[in-house]
Amino acid sequence: MQSKMKESDPILEVENLYASTDNLPILKGVSLTVYPGEIHAIMGRNGCGKSTLSKIIAGHPSYNITNGDIKFLSENINSLEPEERAQSGIFLGFQYPIEIPGVSNLEFLRVSTNARRKFLNKEELDTFDFEELVKEKLEIVKMDHAFLSRSVNQGFSGGEKKRNEILQMALLEPKIAILDETDSGLDIDALRIVAAGIKKISNAETGIILITHYQRLLDEIKPNYVHVMSDGQIIKTGESDLALELERKGYEWTDNFIKET
Amino acid sequence: MVNENLVKDVVKEPYKYGFVTDIETEKIAKGLNEDIIRLISQKKEEPKFLLDFRLKAFKKWQKMKEPDWAGLGYKQIDYQDIIYYSAPKQKEKISSLDEVDPKLLETFDKLGIPLTEQKKLTNVAVDAVFDSVSIATTFREELAEHGVIFCSISEAVKHHSDLIEKYLGTVVPPSDNYFAALNSAVFSDGSFVYIPKGVNCPMDLSSYFRINSGDSGQFERTLIIAEESSSVSYLEGCTAPMFDTNTLHAAVVELIALDDASIKYSTVQNWYAGDEEGIGGIFNFVTKRGKCLGKRSKISWSQVETGSAITWKYPSCLLLGEESVGEFYSVALTNNLQQADTGTKMIHIGPKTKSTIVSKGISAGNSINSYRGLVKMGTKATGSRNYSQCDSMLIGDQASANTFPYIKSQQPNSEIEHEASTCRISEDQLFYLQSRGIEFEEAVSMMVSGFCRDVFNQLPMEFAAEADKLLALKLEGSVG
Repeated sequence: MQSKMKESDPILEVENLYASTDNLPILKGVSLTVYPGEIHAIMGRNGCGKSTLSKIIAGHPSYNITNGDIKFLSENINSLEPEERAQSGIFLGFQYPIEIPGVSNLEFLRVSTNARRKFLNKEELDTFDFEELVKEKLEIVKMDHAFLSRSVNQGFSGGEKKRNEILQMALLEPKIAILDETDSGLDIDALRIVAAGIKKISNAETGIILITHYQRLLDEIKPNYVHVMSDGQIIKTGESDLALELERKGYEWTDNFIKET
Repeated sequence: MVNENLVKDVVKEPYKYGFVTDIETEKIAKGLNEDIIRLISQKKEEPKFLLDFRLKAFKKWQKMKEPDWAGLGYKQIDYQDIIYYSAPKQKEKISSLDEVDPKLLETFDKLGIPLTEQKKLTNVAVDAVFDSVSIATTFREELAEHGVIFCSISEAVKHHSDLIEKYLGTVVPPSDNYFAALNSAVFSDGSFVYIPKGVNCPMDLSSYFRINSGDSGQFERTLIIAEESSSVSYLEGCTAPMFDTNTLHAAVVELIALDDASIKYSTVQNWYAGDEEGIGGIFNFVTKRGKCLGKRSKISWSQVETGSAITWKYPSCLLLGEESVGEFYSVALTNNLQQADTGTKMIHIGPKTKSTIVSKGISAGNSINSYRGLVKMGTKATGSRNYSQCDSMLIGDQASANTFPYIKSQQPNSEIEHEASTCRISEDQLFYLQSRGIEFEEAVSMMVSGFCRDVFNQLPMEFAAEADKLLALKLEGSVG
């Protein structure tokens, strides 16, 4: 199975990436390649640069790439605007989804979906057709229709916010989804719903990066690779059992890898 | 910061209505004195009571001092350096639109207000005012069939002088304030609306004010009377060319609603705002007030203020009639060096009166945007209620927003509720929308319309869409 994956071109290539914010270096040479159909997990202590890596791939304006490249479908995207990246199929699930008062969730989802569809040369959807589509996707995240008439994420519980992220992912059908601690703060039921949502969109064509602290998400979705990050670098890469070992031994165990290198 | 280039590209978005119509005009000499006032009155062939009204107002104005309490920064206005009457030269008597100078029709065409029979808007009657005179009013005959009078105030003075004499200055007396006194002395043209008893005006009425001349002021005067159990929705739009000097626009609008009558007055104000350095633009110093004279009468103001170098206005309601209702819905957007000091006064006089205030201020660039409002419960306003909500949105870190709510209650058995909030469009919010494929500019305008939604919901349909676009246009490039 894995060898078959490698036959096609990678979806995402992060090559020796250095990045900083306010002149403070955060990433210190990260390399990561994701092929179609692969699921990667990135683990590591808070502050190790996991979230930063995800934001930089999505094009967050607060970070500067000081060295290295990010390639998406073999094209360098270092200088693309966040919306261009999103339209072309990069999805970032936020650790803390942002509240946008006054903007209806339905309208937001529709404009966003249409931006992606436009890029794919698909017909843009009017309100009625979109309602149909969204109804079907709501099933995946077990969300009530009433969510759509509320303002984007405003007054949503932690779990509702995360499910709204998965709903967006399901609508946008990205080529690669980077989910930044989508599992944190979820109860067991919500975690299952989120995991089911992720499974639903993952197929032989897409790549998924799960940033997580917990094994419980990886019990639901088995990753092909697990990377451990520390101080802005990937210090160890292994298969899914690496996560289990990490869970047993704690991050202190990983400190030894740094000493080794 | 990011998007800085994008910002620079779009900030230059030109003001769409900044053109000047090259037309021969009749102007009187600059300056203000009794003779000038007599001349204006004579040109308009006014009856004596109106000349007296003007002269009395002028005497009062001379004794008044220009107010400075709003703390607005502007160079002192030289009232002797303004032309108080400017009109495009036309035939003496115009009997049909065919005789109107094509240049004028073309001007309004360009502004999106076609006036000719073939092209005129089908669901709105329009009174088009160019500098000091009204050019044309559409659908007059159709409206007359319902007994509705819709014409320029100059014509109303000639043909309905009884109504003018009875109501003019009864809501905003000439001595009300400095600019109202000035307007009362020199007012040129504006609209007159009379809705007879029991009539629901069959279409929206609208006035479009165009300042064309750079050195003349515009002193518009509008009077709307809604008789018992009648109703009307009135829309007002304004634009002006781009000049590097400031032009004074000092209007007075008076509304009167009798028993069970309702008036909805909506404004989209897009006077030229001056350039990025704050050079030029209109001084929009306006007194707008409605009197809910009758029982269960209702006056609703909604305004979208995006233009003018300085906006200084407080559309207000005097709630006299028992159970009368006053409403004020406002969006004021300022960018670059614009200043806006706007709000409302809800004066509860009668019992069981109700008022609602929803104000949304958006400040971008280096602008200053203030809400200033008064809610007063008089001694007889028992069982009256007010609800106010004033929200400000800041864009960028150079703009400022202020809220000055004044509350006076002389009636313990009344309720006043005030809510206020300030927010800022954050980089994280923008990034969130962008990371879902939504373009930067669209993201900003989505957030701004979301912020203004409560007010836009109150606007007539066509206006709401226009207001949304206008805000988006005004804001282009203001975030970075």
